Amino acid sequence: MWKFIVRRLFITLPQVLLLSVLIFLMAQMMPGDALSGLIDPNIDPAAIEKQRETLGLNNPWYIQYTDWITGALQGDLGQSFRYKMPVTELVEQRLINTFWLSVATLIITYIIAIPLGITSGRYNDSWADQLITGYTYIGFATPLFIFALVMLWVFGYQLGWFPTSGSVAPGLTPGSFDYVLSKIQHLLLPAISMALITTVNTVQYLRSEIIDTKQKDFIITARAKGASESRVYNRHILRNSLLPIAAFFGFEITGLIGGTVFVENIFGYPGMGDLFIQSILLRDYSVVTTVVLLFGIASILGALISDIILSLVDPRIRIK
Amino acid sequence: MESKETKLDDTQQVTTKSPSGFSIIWREIVRDKIALVSLILLVLITGFVYGISLFLNQEEIVTVDLFAIHEPPGEDFLLGTDYGGRDIFGQLIIGTRNSLSIGILVTLMTGVIGVLYGLVSGYFGGTIDNIMMRIVDFFLILPFLMVVIVFVAIVPKYSVLSFSLIMTTFLWMGIARLIRSKALQEKELDYAQASKTLGSSNLKIMLTQVLPNLSSLIIVTMTLNLAANIGLESGLSFLGFGFPESTPSLGTLLSYARNPQTLEYRWWIWVPAAILILVLMLSVNNVGQALKRATDARQRRG
Repeated sequence: MWKFIVRRLFITLPQVLLLSVLIFLMAQMMPGDALSGLIDPNIDPAAIEKQRETLGLNNPWYIQYTDWITGALQGDLGQSFRYKMPVTELVEQRLINTFWLSVATLIITYIIAIPLGITSGRYNDSWADQLITGYTYIGFATPLFIFALVMLWVFGYQLGWFPTSGSVAPGLTPGSFDYVLSKIQHLLLPAISMALITTVNTVQYLRSEIIDTKQKDFIITARAKGASESRVYNRHILRNSLLPIAAFFGFEITGLIGGTVFVENIFGYPGMGDLFIQSILLRDYSVVTTVVLLFGIASILGALISDIILSLVDPRIRIK
Repeated sequence: MESKETKLDDTQQVTTKSPSGFSIIWREIVRDKIALVSLILLVLITGFVYGISLFLNQEEIVTVDLFAIHEPPGEDFLLGTDYGGRDIFGQLIIGTRNSLSIGILVTLMTGVIGVLYGLVSGYFGGTIDNIMMRIVDFFLILPFLMVVIVFVAIVPKYSVLSFSLIMTTFLWMGIARLIRSKALQEKELDYAQASKTLGSSNLKIMLTQVLPNLSSLIIVTMTLNLAANIGLESGLSFLGFGFPESTPSLGTLLSYARNPQTLEYRWWIWVPAAILILVLMLSVNNVGQALKRATDARQRRG
């Protein structure tokens, strides 16, 4: 067990390293550098050149990379030239917002997926199953951004049940009950929109998993021994079918990353995805690199978590 | 109707020749009413869009007309106009054509690269396979959307071609992995081994013997990929990182809805595009699912 985890960790490190190199090279390809945003255009070019030299911008790329990565490891990710503040400070609040949005989305995803998956797996080919399968078909084909737009239109504008942008109503003291309530209210619509689309895969997977398990020998044995139908389902089938779902948890995180870019953009939710799009448009590249790096690491960790859960659940994959 | 059905069954029992791939696919689609409707819709939309767009002038449609800003649907403009006074109907037709074209282009390019890559990796196996798959693993962990957006933003002389190349660069891995796992099984089968014993070159076995055996799988995967790619393109255009605005796409029309005024009061700008994307993606997906069933005898309905 531990052997597998250690080995899996050994694969993760080079992945992170490669990711950082790629992001660094991407940053190098971006037009302009930290200086072109920082400096008054009237300054003598020779002085700029001198400044470049002292900042190490004329060094070969591998030395610059080492500088950047050591800085990043110490929590120094550079300055945002647009907001004139350290990137780490800028990212902090956004990261917290996105974190809560993701948590809410994950919770809603499972709240929807588990009952629907169980119903359609247990009573497969019934009308309820057909209804749920129809939903998964449509959900699978619907792009998230269109669905989010429609949700915003219907529930945000037409019905007015939810706020249409921001992460909290202005003028509330942080920490108060109203503040938390307002946060949740702002979070709910984006999270529901994202969950309704992303949950589809889990529903489909759970359904086929239950149908598969239903026909296994040990279920027939359990029935033959006289176990009640509810016991067969709750203890024997469900346990076996839910475990692989648990393993997908990590991949859900990877899926959320693309989702947050769209959803935060549409709902004007000030999170990392929103920050990413804005910084790209403003050509604020130190922020862009940081966001991509953080999201890249998050998806690597997501895959890691999934593999570890999977190895706990299914001993067969531990071997290699 | 009833007698016709039984007659069909009788002839099927008499014939000893197994049905060809295309007739299986056709039977599956006809049997699945939703897939049949989807296919008809798809053919109609594609024909209509490519046909009409021959008579439309893209330059003329994207030209700003300040006297006709935000016109609601009416006689002059079938589906109204956008903030630049540009005809929505024309943009819708050209946009659908562009979205479809780029979807097909990216699907074909990722298909060719992915299939060849997977074939080589799976066929040779061993160290080559190991190295090639680690490369795939690395591409797979990248945050796709963000990396594509960054590249779109930094590529100098951005054009439709560079856009499709960027998309292809980060989308070929899925099909490569699938083909690799199948090629790994296929090369152990008797026919491949026999061919090898007879002295066929690796290239010949891969391309003329293993590849045809994977063709149905490739067609299914590419059909499903097409739906996904159309969605991705419109999503990127929606965010402003797809087609340039002078080249309308379904996503560009939807991106106007990011203006709250447009979203709330000017439905004619974005609702038709949204419906069209949905119909396109649902139809392509349905046809893909029917194809998928056709390739797997256990799941067939027909």
